[in-house]
This record gives sequence, C-alpha cells and structure tokens, in this order.
Amino acid sequence: MAKITFVTHDGARIETNAENGSTVMENAIRNAVPGIDAECGGACACATCHVYVDEEWTSTTGEPEAMEEDMLDFAYDVRPNSRLSCQIRVSDELDGLVVQVPERQA
Amino acid sequence: MSEIIKTDVVIIGAGPVGLFAVFELGLYDLKCHLIDILDRPGGQCAELYPEKPIYDIPAWPIISGHDLTEKLMEQIKPFAPQFHFNRMVTKLERQADGSFHVETDEAEVFEAKVVVIAAGGGSFQPKRPPVPGIEAYEGKSVFYSVRRMEEFCDQDILIVGGGDSALDWALNLQPIARSLTVVHRRAEFRAAPDSVKKMFELVESGSVRFELGQVSGLKGEDGQLTHATIKGTEGETDIPVTRLLPFFGLTMKLGPIADWGLNLHENLIPVSVETFETSEPGIFAIGDINTYPGKLKLILSGFHEAALMTQAAKHIVSPGERIVFQYTTSSTSLQKKLGVN
Repeated sequence: MAKITFVTHDGARIETNAENGSTVMENAIRNAVPGIDAECGGACACATCHVYVDEEWTSTTGEPEAMEEDMLDFAYDVRPNSRLSCQIRVSDELDGLVVQVPERQA
Repeated sequence: MSEIIKTDVVIIGAGPVGLFAVFELGLYDLKCHLIDILDRPGGQCAELYPEKPIYDIPAWPIISGHDLTEKLMEQIKPFAPQFHFNRMVTKLERQADGSFHVETDEAEVFEAKVVVIAAGGGSFQPKRPPVPGIEAYEGKSVFYSVRRMEEFCDQDILIVGGGDSALDWALNLQPIARSLTVVHRRAEFRAAPDSVKKMFELVESGSVRFELGQVSGLKGEDGQLTHATIKGTEGETDIPVTRLLPFFGLTMKLGPIADWGLNLHENLIPVSVETFETSEPGIFAIGDINTYPGKLKLILSGFHEAALMTQAAKHIVSPGERIVFQYTTSSTSLQKKLGVN
C-alpha cells in the first residue's frame, strides 16, 4: 500500500490509498480525481492521464520508457517531470508520492 | 448541394459498435450508410489502440483493436455497407414526413428513416497545443491539417510535433516553402525511420531548420502570423512564421451532437433500455455515447444494444410488418442474406 496525493490544477489535494501493483492512473479514476481523463483506459495510447511528478519523487518514479515518451509528445504542456500516470506502477516505495494534475489533458 | 443519398439507416460512427449494428440491421434487410471522421473503420480501436490486446470480447481470449475491426468488417461484408470517411456530421434534422436529413461537413445530405448514433466518445479532433491566443489564428495561418497545398506556397512554415504527420508534411511542404522549421520537444521522433533520415538530411543541407523546444507564443495581427516564439534549452527566440502546423494527435470531442436537440446528460445521450432510442423517436444511440441505469462502457454492451435497437428500428422502417425472430444457425432466409446458403 502507498499513500498517493493528487494535487489538482486549482490546488485541491486528494489523498488516496493505492494498492501495490495498481497504476497511479487507476487510483485517480477510482477516486474521481478531476482532470485525469484516461480516454484509452490505461493502454498507454492517448496521453490523457498526464501528471507532473513532484520534484522530490522523480528519481523514485523513474524515467518514462520509449513508448510512454512517444505518447508524451501528444500531451498538453509537457515538462521534464511529466509522466503518464497509467505507466507508474504502485509499490511500497511510492508511499507518500505527490503528483500534480495539469491544467487540462488535451 | 449534391444529390441526396437515400438509405434506411445512417450510422454515425464506424467503431466496433457501429460496424456490428450493420450486421444486426442487415439481418432485417435494413441498408446502412456509415459516416466517420477518421479515414478508416474501427473508431477508438483503430485510433487509440490498434496493436493493444482486448481480453473481454466473448469467444476471443485475446484480440487486438485492429484485428477486431478486421473481423467485424468481414462479418458485415454480405450487407454491403457504404462508408463515408473523413467527414463529420454537422446537422441532423427531422423532415415533415418523419424521416431525417443528415448533413456532413463535406456538404453531403443523407435521407434516412432511422439514425443510429454510435459515436463513442465523440469525434476525434486535433489537439490544440498550449500556446496562448492560438485560437485567433486558426483557419487563417494556423492549420491542423493540410487541405490545400497552395496555402503553403512561399510561406515561412513552422511544423510542431514529432510523429508521422509532422515529418510527412515537413518533407512534402519543404520544396514549396520559403522557409521551413520543425520544432519538437526532444531529439527522438515517433515516425517512419526513412522520414526521420530524410528530414535530418534536409536539416544538414540547410533546407530545413530543426529546433529543440516548444512554441511558447505567437505574434501577428488579424489572424495572420508573423512570428512564433520558440522556448528551447537556451531561452526564448522569435522566428518569422506565417503558417503554423501543430501535430499533437487527436482527442475526442462531443462536437455537433450537442446541437441536435437531444437530451444529454454529462455529454452522454440517455436512452430507453428497451430500444436504445433517444429522447427523439427514430434516433438511437448505442455504445459508449449512451447512458442508462447500470451502463457499462464495454464493446460487448454496445453489441447487445445494437441487437435490441434493431428490433425498434425495423418497426420504424417497415411499419406494420410482422417481425420474425430467427437464428442464423438455423434460418435459411438469414443464411441467404449472409450468402452462406
């Protein structure tokens, strides 16, 4: 289990308890985090579950793989700490993770 | 205006559910025309996840979006559906005799007794990049596709993106452009290796300029661009630009469906669970676009909805006719329609 906090564009903080093995995107959807569309349902095919990983956490979550990097080309306002939340898998290591939701997904 | 195309049913959306509706309607002799904004059948299966596996299609333990589309196309072939791709339905109007006129942005008009909206998450439309004030230039000097090459002759063209569309158009427009710049946020491209190679050859010869970064601002007047600001690794620079082509893929938008006088609930169309008819008699909605108590956005739910919708659609197209329910396994008349008997 890991506690994951989503910070929405207007600054609201939504805390979720994420099961190991689930994806960060799935936890956003289960907890109705506004601003995560996840149009393709987690297939790394749409870039609408884009988040910014809090700077303190970028080394733990790691770098996007090639396929994710390709999809990020289609995301809105991509930054160095951009990730697709469907590609971040939850583990105990991520307990306390904070991610920000961008202004919009597309 | 072109000649009116008459048919029993117009299906808006050629995704898996729209395709399967052709089969169900075809068993009851209803002829279909399908209209889709994409350039090929399959909808989200074609655009979002052609290579990704789907695990919940009955009797297919695993099938890709592409293969599911292919199989559906094979299954509906006996019913000779007519496809109209690269078009968006703009208008849907009931006529005095109860039939419908369906108009597209290519100025076609269809006349149908029944309209089936199988539009999934809406129509796929180009993503707008996060550049302040870009709307003011759209259609005049910012374009999301190239419809007429002449508009790009002797222009200072800026292409943004790193996919096949971006590179294909960079290569096609370079010979006619006054100058051509490609901006992409990283040095890798998600495009055919041959296109990437050709582009870097043009960059080396000085015919194309490549900038690492993102477009952060636009300058111009009355919709006519003069400059774009590129934010790169070493700060911002302005370059002369008179045509901007952003290629950031597609996103789903409800689009004109909102203007057709249908009841909507959170961008979904509420339907009867018996017939999948909308608030307007004769207009049905099936698949991801509809909503009802207990709705699940599954392809298999859409298939079920297509079968039930067909019963009600048949009553509208052939009023008074007795509808005989038959099985494809045993009915010789259905097998005749399928061309297997």
